[in-house]
Amino acid sequence: MAVRDKAGRPVVVVTGMGIVTSLGAGKDENWSKLTAGQSGIHTITRFATDGLKTRIAGCVDFVATEPFSAPLLSERLAELAVDEAVTQAGIGSPGRFPGPLFLAVPPVELEWPQRVELAAAAGAAGHADYDDMLRAAATGRFRAHHERFQFASVADNLATRFGTQGMPISLSTACASGASAIQLGVEAIRRGEVDAALCVGTDGSVNTESLVRFSLLSALTTANDPPEEAAKPFSKNRDGFVMAEGAGALVLESWEAAKARGAKILGVVEGCGELSDSFHRTRTSPDGKPIIGCMRQAIADAGLTPDQIHYINAHGTSTPENDKMECLGVTAVFGEHAGGIPISSNKSMVGHTLSAAGAVEAVFTALTLLHQRIPPTINHQIPDPAIPLDVVPNVARDAKMAHALSNSFGFGGQNVTLVMGLEPT
Amino acid sequence: MADASREAWITGIGLVSCLGEGADAHWQAYDAATPVYDATTFAPYVVHPLAPLTLDSQIPKKGDQRQMEQWQRTGVYAAGLALDSAGLKGQAEVLGRTDMIVAAGGGERDYAVDSAIVSGLAGADNPGAYLNERLTSDLRPTLFLAQLSNLLAGNISIVHGVTGSSRTFMGEEGSGIEAVRIALARIAAGQSDVALVGGSQNGERKDLLLLFEFGGYALKDPYRPVWDRAGQPGFATASLGAFLVIEARAHAEARGAKPLARLSAVVSDRTARAPGAVEASLDRLWGALPAVAADRAAVVSGATGVTGATDEERALLAARGLPVRATGSVAGHSIEPQFVFNIALATLALGHGRLFAPCDTTGFEKPFDSPLDQVVVTGVGHWRGEGLALVEAVR
Repeated sequence: MAVRDKAGRPVVVVTGMGIVTSLGAGKDENWSKLTAGQSGIHTITRFATDGLKTRIAGCVDFVATEPFSAPLLSERLAELAVDEAVTQAGIGSPGRFPGPLFLAVPPVELEWPQRVELAAAAGAAGHADYDDMLRAAATGRFRAHHERFQFASVADNLATRFGTQGMPISLSTACASGASAIQLGVEAIRRGEVDAALCVGTDGSVNTESLVRFSLLSALTTANDPPEEAAKPFSKNRDGFVMAEGAGALVLESWEAAKARGAKILGVVEGCGELSDSFHRTRTSPDGKPIIGCMRQAIADAGLTPDQIHYINAHGTSTPENDKMECLGVTAVFGEHAGGIPISSNKSMVGHTLSAAGAVEAVFTALTLLHQRIPPTINHQIPDPAIPLDVVPNVARDAKMAHALSNSFGFGGQNVTLVMGLEPT
Repeated sequence: MADASREAWITGIGLVSCLGEGADAHWQAYDAATPVYDATTFAPYVVHPLAPLTLDSQIPKKGDQRQMEQWQRTGVYAAGLALDSAGLKGQAEVLGRTDMIVAAGGGERDYAVDSAIVSGLAGADNPGAYLNERLTSDLRPTLFLAQLSNLLAGNISIVHGVTGSSRTFMGEEGSGIEAVRIALARIAAGQSDVALVGGSQNGERKDLLLLFEFGGYALKDPYRPVWDRAGQPGFATASLGAFLVIEARAHAEARGAKPLARLSAVVSDRTARAPGAVEASLDRLWGALPAVAADRAAVVSGATGVTGATDEERALLAARGLPVRATGSVAGHSIEPQFVFNIALATLALGHGRLFAPCDTTGFEKPFDSPLDQVVVTGVGHWRGEGLALVEAVR
């Protein structure tokens, strides 16, 4: 069997996967809960939610971070996922991963606890501005904040811990980030530049301000009670996404390198598609052309035709806009077969893990193919007649599948689609 | 390079900074060695303020201008200049498959809102409820989008119609190095034909200064050229935008585009910055470049002026013996886009066939009037990230 694809490029395989979501840590716990239709969405306890319209999220509360900051939790989540992935892959040696790191990570900012701390240190509590905070910073007492709040710090610490090679790339393509990280790894292996790559998406950024920001854009559901029923992708009464945290990590290798070292092949990243949208900062082009082109590119990149796709892991955020446009895109790409292809949204259970989503859902897509079992779209009580798709409502289902799509669409017109498959026999 | 048709040509550059806009303004200011800085507005910190832009010329819709913060307007503007320079503005077919890589940090905060909230939090009975209430009522909904790292790329798609791939790299100086490295690697491997690569910074921001002042990296008055900051180390933040159009030679030739220079190699590294690590890293990286001539070559340095890293870079460059110019002395340090800015300046120098004038009070930057064929561009992050590019004249 050739270790190159139809286009003559090295075949890229997955040899290790790790995952953390609000459902738990690790593939076993996540997969059993996901296929049981359980939700990880719960009432926020990390910070006060008084007066907020949305008071629920898929926070990962079982990972200790004290004091909380988004980059710290993002780093902890990534550590767990990477550790699981690298251990499963059995690649390299402890503390030395033989390839680069591509990390999807939320943009970093100083947060409110630090601003309050600085204002107090400046003796300006009650009437503080940035000049006061600058004076406090100039004392040198807050030196650790420099490193923590540099955008490169999460990736840098992961690179140290896992011994990845070269300069790590931290990236953001909004809600497509995790898929972009995988795409960069696939491209590097296809170029023959590396034999292995560590592709990670992580997001631990549920704090007051990030919640308020999405809330002000009317992107979040306000169906707080009960929390586990809030995310209802493709339902007629869907009314916004649920913010969530998590991390997904994939060890990608050239098939040749993986076989040479006797690694177990968990799946294949067969194709990637990407097309950006110039219509609007937060909305999709009404004709759906960019997402249609994105899915078509991915399928063509995999050397496949639409009739060979047996499952779609939807972006499926549960916003009125996304799910409508994703349906339009799928309908255009798959034509009369669209209604016959199962499409489900993991976000109905784990929420929208934002920067991590593309990687988290790539892991779930690979598990779907491995187990030949499709996790459901839960909370599907009121179907939307405008979405005549098989959304695998409420209950997991066994199916015979060879190739699957995983869609990721983000603010800023970011669209990425991955095609995943099983090791060819 | 094995396949000459996959050579990467720089066919467009777009620059805005404290020195003005466009290639000529930058060449003249660098050749006159006239730094532009402001030591009073953010005193005691020194910044390099953006020259006024005629925004309408690159961002025709007022609505688009309003949807962005300054860092995004600067970047979209510079990207437009680069597309103009490459003859790609409005070329929908090419722009629809142009691969964009932006190096970005985050956008500016609303100082008034932050100050009011941080002040009010101190005396609030229920700080959590107070924060929720104030953020909900005081944050402009669109500010989030004006701060998001990937929304510079998003705005470039909207304003200029660049809709191939769109990737935003983050991570301070290293993000700019990796943006160029990945663009080049993709072109060389045939994964991409044409790329728009760059970024922007608004360096006139207290929230940005704060981030660097934590580590003692923000330059305080008085301004000195970067090689002369031993007594008072640090960098002066720059407001600037820098974009390159990088294109496979075959693609450029097919559309009749002329090369401004060839981007021959980009190499990068990550060291933990133990003493000596930067020097050793740059030495290793230099060894990975194609051969650099002992004459007709120069270094355009991204040295920041921070303790340690800049000293080690200086030692390495002194040993190599080529003439050096640190661009930060004139236009400041822009963090993410600085490597791109410096590749653009190297391209200008190669276009003029000579190096611009020294701007240095230590004598390290020597006059150099010989013809110029090659420029090594250095990027050594103030804290992390090392990289080199080799830019060459296309004769």
